[in-house]
Amino acid sequence: MTTVEHAVGASGASERVGLSRQTVTGLVFGVLGVALIAGVAPAISGTSRRFNFEPPPDPAGIGFHPPTWVIAIGVLFLVAAVLGFAPPDARRYASPARLLSAIALIPLVLVLSLALSDNPSTNIINLFNESLVLATPLALGATTGLWCERSGIINIGIEGTMLAGAGIGYMTYATIGDAQSTGWLWFSILISVLAGGLVASLLAVLSIRFGVNQIVAGVVINLFALGLTGFLRSEVIVKTGITTGVGTSEFGLPLLSEIPVIGDQLFRGKPIYWMMYLVVIGTWLVMFRTPWGLRVRSCGENPHAAETLGVNVIRIRYQSVILGGLIAGLAGAWFSMESQTRFEDNMTNAAGFIALAALIFGKWTPWGAFGGALLFGFSRALGTRLQFLGVEVSGFEIPSEFLQALPFVVTLVVVAGAVGRSIPPAAAGQPFQRSK
Amino acid sequence: MAQASGGTVLEVEGITKAFPGVVANDDVSLTLNQGEIHCLLGENGAGKSTLVNMVFGLYRPDQGTIKVRGEEVHFEDSGDAIARGIGMVHQHFQLIPVFTVAENIILGNEVTKGAFLDLDTARRQIDALAERYGLAVDPDATVGELSVGEQQRVELVKALFRDADILILDEPTAVLTPGEVDDFFGVVESLTGQGKSIIFITHKLREVLAVADRITVLRSGRVVGTTTAEGATQQSLANLMVGRDVVFRVDKAEADPGAPVVRVQGLRSQDDRGVETVTGLDVEVRAGEIFGIAGVEGNGQRELVETICGMRPATGGRVEMLGQETTHWTPRKIHELGVAHVPENRSKHGVVAQYTVADNLVLNRYHHRQFSQRGVRNAAAINAEAEELVEQFDVRTPGVDATIDTLSGGNQQKVIVARELTGDLKALIVAQPTRGLDVGSIEFIHRKIIELRDQGVAVLLVSAELDEIMSLSDRIGVLYRGRLAGTVDAADATREELGLLMATGSAEGQS
Repeated sequence: MTTVEHAVGASGASERVGLSRQTVTGLVFGVLGVALIAGVAPAISGTSRRFNFEPPPDPAGIGFHPPTWVIAIGVLFLVAAVLGFAPPDARRYASPARLLSAIALIPLVLVLSLALSDNPSTNIINLFNESLVLATPLALGATTGLWCERSGIINIGIEGTMLAGAGIGYMTYATIGDAQSTGWLWFSILISVLAGGLVASLLAVLSIRFGVNQIVAGVVINLFALGLTGFLRSEVIVKTGITTGVGTSEFGLPLLSEIPVIGDQLFRGKPIYWMMYLVVIGTWLVMFRTPWGLRVRSCGENPHAAETLGVNVIRIRYQSVILGGLIAGLAGAWFSMESQTRFEDNMTNAAGFIALAALIFGKWTPWGAFGGALLFGFSRALGTRLQFLGVEVSGFEIPSEFLQALPFVVTLVVVAGAVGRSIPPAAAGQPFQRSK
Repeated sequence: MAQASGGTVLEVEGITKAFPGVVANDDVSLTLNQGEIHCLLGENGAGKSTLVNMVFGLYRPDQGTIKVRGEEVHFEDSGDAIARGIGMVHQHFQLIPVFTVAENIILGNEVTKGAFLDLDTARRQIDALAERYGLAVDPDATVGELSVGEQQRVELVKALFRDADILILDEPTAVLTPGEVDDFFGVVESLTGQGKSIIFITHKLREVLAVADRITVLRSGRVVGTTTAEGATQQSLANLMVGRDVVFRVDKAEADPGAPVVRVQGLRSQDDRGVETVTGLDVEVRAGEIFGIAGVEGNGQRELVETICGMRPATGGRVEMLGQETTHWTPRKIHELGVAHVPENRSKHGVVAQYTVADNLVLNRYHHRQFSQRGVRNAAAINAEAEELVEQFDVRTPGVDATIDTLSGGNQQKVIVARELTGDLKALIVAQPTRGLDVGSIEFIHRKIIELRDQGVAVLLVSAELDEIMSLSDRIGVLYRGRLAGTVDAADATREELGLLMATGSAEGQS
């Protein structure tokens, strides 16, 4: 057939831009590469630094000469930039080179900050582990968003759902378990999960039953959760007089945690952390390998088509949003019963929004979202680490706020430059009404 | 043609369905025999889609009964209809572009191994169906990347996968090219040959006579006649559909062409993806003639029209109108010269969906003194003008202050035509002027275009409907890969000759 028209070609939106994203990214890497080789490498201290693999004393690790590494990364950037303008044969290596360069930004930041600090060494395995731990609520939150948006409901209320889970779970633990007993701890985590489900069902009713704008409904959830948990804290939690408690405890995975040097650091962790992996794997399996998952995805793409095939769109959307809420509730429990054992106002501190960013970064896939969460978790861990190292440039200590923000800036560059356009489910945000 | 071989598989008796403000179906009855193709014919808004949506369980009837193989049924949703062996291919495909063909087909009826999807088995089943009915589809292709014809095959396989033996096809040929239509008729006959029964909705009379065993004509929600295909003619069916005698052949006097008004030389332009689709085209349209451009869609029609009208930059060549070079003029400047444009894409370039009928009627003139003073819109003048145009062009609307998206497609098109054909015209560029319209509206719009020609306007007509091109044009150019493959006098043109030019770009066949 000669026709080239597509009736439902949603993915091929036309892009008419003068400079392509690839070209701009290539140019940025080119400029950076030159700056690193000609400007930064000669300027930084040539004394040897060390990445440790385990805590002191006498840790294993590798030493390195900072200017050499800076030059090596600079060369990589230049190669990526030049390949973008190379003849077509060589140009196909440009895209992987750009991705590699984007990833190399992470060691670059590490090498530079260590070179600019008074400390000669830092433990990077431990930094990686901290990233994974800090990624826990982000990955869970992103999975919440994944379930909602894949079914067609945009959930801006992940933050509030987590906060409600954190607050209500801890309140339960403090009032009936005095924040001390492991039996009640598990019961309270279950309450967190259920509280998350309950808050999500409020979102579901507002946006599915009543067709309220989903962004507005999500904002309402966030404000409601902030107010409710604030009230519960001052009226219930504070009045119990409990200030400390026993949270979930660490355990090592059999065999894996026996691996020398890294095993003890990477394969020991707390239960909600481990459950995060199960949730991500389970989400991938159910969403992409089961009939129900196929139906969920169809509701987020074209609910009317799903309806003509006898899929109950309304029911599927309720189920997905509430399932997402249960996962967000678990993320809430991580804040108040695993990471710390207490509850503070606005304890989740925008994790729900960062989780949404991770979801978009990961292009609405479970593994992508996990990757995004890991990147943001790393950004947080690195921000903290940089503060401890005390980075100085020409004798001035860089303010800690700036150091905390820096990894996120790097992340933005990675997202804009290497990941590219991310296309949401086609029907996300659109209310659905059954035919009459 | 397959003969009606078995008993009645579907009986619809006295169905009535009302929506707020309209009775869409009023006491409609219909029977479908096994192995038969039953055409449901009617103008837009006659209630065809409403009727089949009830048979398919998407709507619930207010009154009346539906019997499948003699058994009365009450469908709650389309799942119930599917369970009774009813399948439907919707006019707007109900497909999920980002899913694969296999995923689209199994959705709702998944093949599983334990708790998980079993795509391997699904693939084998789909291949078997494709083989049996001659519907080639690749189970692993992404649906959004398929052509319209391929997507339609996916829809058919989807219904067959659910063991449908009553198939409802809602305007299946509206989106197909002439070649694809022929293939499609072949598929339909192989389906009835294997015992499937088909309800075929259309408003194209030629098709009805080509495939139908029986024909039921609906008008304003009521059945106005059921007949067999033998004995029916296009004229008799059209009269039944519209409710009055339809002037079928467009009556027009001999053209009396004057000086060239539109002159296009070596024009080049690109589509949205930057592919050159107009590749050095020459055409000249004289005052008082209609120059028709035929061609398979995607050969540069859209880009040609948009470039002439100033909506898309020319990458080469020149456009001259009324003796002035207009190649890089803005659309407004070209319009002010006396060039009207009826765009192909009604909703994107023709109307502003959320504006009222009145505002849409003055979209090209709102800034004139008559309608605005010192930047303030003169509502009284606009409404007065709109009332007059609505009257003159017979636009069916609740009022000039109704938003235009509440009107049917045909009436929206009449609004566009009314707006564009008003004023002091020298040239008219029309693309697909009657796409998706019913017989009555088509007749009306054709008459208007002829009227303008007789007043000395140069008309460039681009249409995918060969019948339309042949009955309206004075000269016909066939567009093939961005250039005119040949120009013929309409009086001498035959369908075969044009078809050959459209398919191969050469009158001798394979170029």
